[in-house]
Amino acid sequence: MTFDERYFDIGRLDRLSYGQTLVHRLDPRAKVIATFLFLLTVVSYPKYEIVALAPLFLYPVLLMTLGEIPVRFIMRKVLFVSPFAVFIGIFNPLLDPGTFAVLPGVHVSAGWISFASILLKFALTISAALLLIATTSFPGVCHALRRLGFPALFVSQLLFLYRYLFVLAEEAMRIIRARDMRSFGRRGTGMRVFGRVVGILFLRTVDRAERVYYAMLSRGFAGDIPSLRRSRMAPADLMFLLLMAVFLSGLRFFPVTEGIGRMAQEMFG
Amino acid sequence: MHMADALLSPAVGTTLWAGSVAVGGYASRRLRERIDDRAIPLMGVLGAFIFAAQMINFTIPGTGSSGHLGGGMILAIFLGPHAGFLVMASVLTVQALFFADGGLLALGCNIWNLGIYPCYLAYPLLYKPLAGGSRSLGRILAASLASAAAALQLGAFSVVVETLLSGKSELPFGAFALLMQPIHLAIGIVEGLVTAGVIGYVQGARPELLEGMAAARPLGAEVSLKKVVATFAVLAILTGGALSWFASTHPDGLEWSVRKVTAGLGLKEAEEGIAPVLKGIQEWTALLPDYRFKPKGGRPGKAAPWPEREAGTSLAGIIGAAIVLGVILLIGFGIRSCRRRES
Repeated sequence: MTFDERYFDIGRLDRLSYGQTLVHRLDPRAKVIATFLFLLTVVSYPKYEIVALAPLFLYPVLLMTLGEIPVRFIMRKVLFVSPFAVFIGIFNPLLDPGTFAVLPGVHVSAGWISFASILLKFALTISAALLLIATTSFPGVCHALRRLGFPALFVSQLLFLYRYLFVLAEEAMRIIRARDMRSFGRRGTGMRVFGRVVGILFLRTVDRAERVYYAMLSRGFAGDIPSLRRSRMAPADLMFLLLMAVFLSGLRFFPVTEGIGRMAQEMFG
Repeated sequence: MHMADALLSPAVGTTLWAGSVAVGGYASRRLRERIDDRAIPLMGVLGAFIFAAQMINFTIPGTGSSGHLGGGMILAIFLGPHAGFLVMASVLTVQALFFADGGLLALGCNIWNLGIYPCYLAYPLLYKPLAGGSRSLGRILAASLASAAAALQLGAFSVVVETLLSGKSELPFGAFALLMQPIHLAIGIVEGLVTAGVIGYVQGARPELLEGMAAARPLGAEVSLKKVVATFAVLAILTGGALSWFASTHPDGLEWSVRKVTAGLGLKEAEEGIAPVLKGIQEWTALLPDYRFKPKGGRPGKAAPWPEREAGTSLAGIIGAAIVLGVILLIGFGIRSCRRRES
């Protein structure tokens, strides 16, 4: 995926976060905490675990359906995103020669099992992070972080970055277009030109920051970005967190999947 | 080179989160003391600048492939270590949230690997002494090359260590390091060239900008080297100790959580824990010349051979997984079709 496509995906995620569903209305803090609990639970499974990870998919599926987030969009992002984990994981089947009896008579190399486990964890963690943004909005997450005790300076960084991301991306696109019109094929895309082009972008950025600063001063800026939305943790939010904790710890400490499988075996066999 | 959630263990992830949050708190405290309000929008807009600059790609000479800017060194040079670190951390946060580069749990690792090394090690220890405030392009080039390469080497090495301590990958230490370090040396050199190009351009066009910012941040000057080095030594020992303790108790499902709850056996574990890491380092230095895959046993965080499970149990597991996934899909489709009928 090229950078431009990823950039347009930011806009798409941003629009999705304007939704007004049950999931969108939950307090951002509750969702941030729940996402972290979920991620910790997912990565805490040992490296050969596959089946116990299956019930965890309930969380992203519920968020997607209740939050009316298009499934394909999230799936496409999960598929095309950062191949690092896959690249490192693919060595497992080559390097882990142990075998693992799946069914009577069927043996699978342990490396493939741990690779599959990495892939499942990858899908779960990435989709949880994307769904947090798609159902909460970036400013929502930032203000939640602020109220969870993150430094104000860092949070205002994040808000500024997000606000000007789109403006500067347009600026960069104009520069790229200008460069492409003056160069043929790959010519003109070397590092020397790049240094100058980015230097120009930098100077324009600094000038813009100056203008932004004066505009903000005249609107009463005193070093902090306050949020007008005063949200409180409602009973529904606490209920959501409680359910999440019960769901995750239940799955983590009891072999739920195997239990269901054994019940099914007894019923039908 | 973003670290990924799927390769992390919770212990490594949370430890590095704690480390990055601590450094972030330190940076914002230091900045708060004497920051000009003017710098707040500047920092934020420069974060957006890094993104925009990443959209512009360039051709890497000789290879024909295209690269883009990482940005840590440029931020440190223009803004100084503290502000540079905070901006880099916010860039990485946005990348984690929107591009899912790595993931949220790995964000702590990524801020550590890509933020702390350029801003707090490479910049004060390499760039400043080498460039020394001089305007000569040669010195800027040398300083950028050295610092960008060093920062990326440290970052890549940390990815190796974090992955191995998490124990999810089978790659042995030596092979993994040999895979990562040379690639990141090349990336570091390119990053250094590009950084020098941008700094050189700004120096030529608006020299007062670099000087102005340097004057506006009296931070670099009075940060004593000793303090920085001492802080890092303490952090390294703390994280090393904590990480190796967790690595040694290799998470194995329930036992791991039970052991975590019934703490108190920490000391004994720690003694056991550091030994295999040291052994691993020894083995690494010994193994590097002959580049052998998979040394027999003794890699830190390596589990005992996978115990063959009773076939019946895992059959139940597979059936259970199929049922669970089926039910989840049904729930998903059910909710969706209900919604459609409503609207």
